[in-house]
Amino acid sequence: MKKYANSSTTREKHPWPDIHGRYGRYGGQYVPETLMYALGELETAYGDAANDAAFQEQLADYQHHYVGRPTPLYHAQRITEHLGGAQVYFKREDLAHTGAHKINNALGQCLLAKRMGKPRVIAETGAGQHGVATATAAALLGLDCEVYMGAEDMDRQRLNVFRMRLMGAKVVAVDAGSRTLKDAINEALRDWAANVEHTHYVLGTVHGPHPFPMICRDFQAVIGRETRAQLTEAVGRLPNMMIACVGGGSNAIGLFFDFLGDDSVTMVGVEAGGIEMAPGMHAARFAGGSLGMLQGAVSYVLQDENGLIGNTHSVSAGLDYASVGPEHAHCFDTKRIEYTSASDEEALEAFQLCSRLEGIIPALESAHAIAEVIKRAPGMAANDIIVMNMSGRGDKDVQHAARFIAPEEDV
Amino acid sequence: MNRIAQRFETLQENKQAAFIPFITGGDPTLPVSEDIAVALGDVGADVIEYGVPFTDPVGDGPVIQEASLRALQHGVTLRSILGSVERIRKRSDVPLLLFTYYNPIFVYGEAAFARDAAAAGVDGVLCVDLPPDNAQEYRDAMRTHGVSTVFLAAPTSTDERLARIGAACDTFVYYISRLGVTGERAALTRNLHAAVDRVRTCTGKPVAVGFGISTPEQARQVAAIAEGVVVGSAIVRVIAEANGAPDTSQRAAAFAATLANAINPDISHQVSS
Repeated sequence: MKKYANSSTTREKHPWPDIHGRYGRYGGQYVPETLMYALGELETAYGDAANDAAFQEQLADYQHHYVGRPTPLYHAQRITEHLGGAQVYFKREDLAHTGAHKINNALGQCLLAKRMGKPRVIAETGAGQHGVATATAAALLGLDCEVYMGAEDMDRQRLNVFRMRLMGAKVVAVDAGSRTLKDAINEALRDWAANVEHTHYVLGTVHGPHPFPMICRDFQAVIGRETRAQLTEAVGRLPNMMIACVGGGSNAIGLFFDFLGDDSVTMVGVEAGGIEMAPGMHAARFAGGSLGMLQGAVSYVLQDENGLIGNTHSVSAGLDYASVGPEHAHCFDTKRIEYTSASDEEALEAFQLCSRLEGIIPALESAHAIAEVIKRAPGMAANDIIVMNMSGRGDKDVQHAARFIAPEEDV
Repeated sequence: MNRIAQRFETLQENKQAAFIPFITGGDPTLPVSEDIAVALGDVGADVIEYGVPFTDPVGDGPVIQEASLRALQHGVTLRSILGSVERIRKRSDVPLLLFTYYNPIFVYGEAAFARDAAAAGVDGVLCVDLPPDNAQEYRDAMRTHGVSTVFLAAPTSTDERLARIGAACDTFVYYISRLGVTGERAALTRNLHAAVDRVRTCTGKPVAVGFGISTPEQARQVAAIAEGVVVGSAIVRVIAEANGAPDTSQRAAAFAATLANAINPDISHQVSS
């Protein structure tokens, strides 16, 4: 697959972030002074690691033998037939070890932590997938691990809480604020400020202060690189459209990044439309947000006119966040990526359709992307290709989804 | 001349340390916070840090987080804090430093905020999550309107960063004496004296020390080695424990007086009834 590796023109056409850690007007480093040193240290360590063949080799080796990469690019024929339009392919990140794309970044960052000589890692988690991925990588590499999780999310994702504890991580319930992902990040930042000398914060998405959005993107970009090679091998051309769900936006950037320079590829990011487009009832930052700074980066933020951060809602804990990665904000402004949303109801319908037609139970996050595939594919030609990122598997969501789909049954 | 700069000049002439209490604006209510601010000024506060409540206070420990939440619950915003400052200003000349997170100012608009803050009688602003590296426009706006900017220095700040921080601070540097968030601690950081000396040398500015100072004895020790002593959570806790009682401001002032006495024992600090 190596022969396709260099055909991406992203780096020439999309030279972000700049030296200030910005993507256009977005991004930057907005943290209390205590953490500035750690961000500088991380940037240096990452720069060194990126140029260190031994580090890259070690990472590639773990990705192959431990994570199971490359993940398949699967032609979803029954969904394709059902929708009656474009050929639908799933990039199967749900088949990566731990069941989601999150392991790509968690493993990379835990290797960095080891390289920096930090024996302890902390992480925030929403749906629990990033927490599980970090707990996994920490177990693999012998690091102490503590995961902050909103109390409401712990309730939604009990199975993942147990998985993390099984692998030796300590899971800390966060009772502050809305008791979800945003509050877990606040608590992780507080922990990091107190323990910065011996702790690395494994931030789970392409958000937060520079260099996190860049590091996480680079570790996730393997998804798009593999997709390019696999699709070229299967059909000999690029896709017409790529679709991925966007919470913080790491699985979407992971799939899209390699193709940003390919103008013929339409890209669609799908946010959580929740119950309705009213404040507090959704997490669609591009539809309902405005310019703001939350948790280290300037981006689109769901907030009120006083700059106070708004509450969010989504059936999927992983998309339930008030801001979005700064690189996405920039791509929204330049219109390189199109953003839309899927409601809770549409996601739950897609969740069931995919399970029934393909025998693949998607994560509720990924189900938002499937909902967009359902809207788009029928209007496209039969020789068009859509690649959708199946960012995670839905085992973790079965109990939660059952409350909506079959409330009378005791799951 | 800016009230904060003036106060620091006078203190330095008299070889005294500044007593800088923190309260959260709107906890328990804005009118009571205003009474507390005036009372703190009367018992010897040199600068009052007036906290602007925020939904996501990443730099704060539980005590100030909870105070912030109480204030938000009855609708306190950056705008209403400016109104509150205006009312304090009619009753007191005590220097006022807003202690805030960046997003409310960013959304308000830096230039508009600087103008309105100056008009309300704000003397300075400290933005917890705005390091000087990202603050050029913000500083320009504040300077245009004569509002003093204070930035944080931390134990993890390198000498090079301290120099940059010093250059961005108009009157004094706020040194976080410990890693972590705001909150009371049983003991002071070891080697604080040497740390403060390093910050003073590298920034070239007077140094106020905060984070973790909660007792008169700790305040006295810090006053001996730094130009200012910040006490936050301990005062906020006294206010929280008063639980809205009619004498809340007297209780806060009585506690603050013990701190003021410890910091500058030669001056009388009395709670007016």
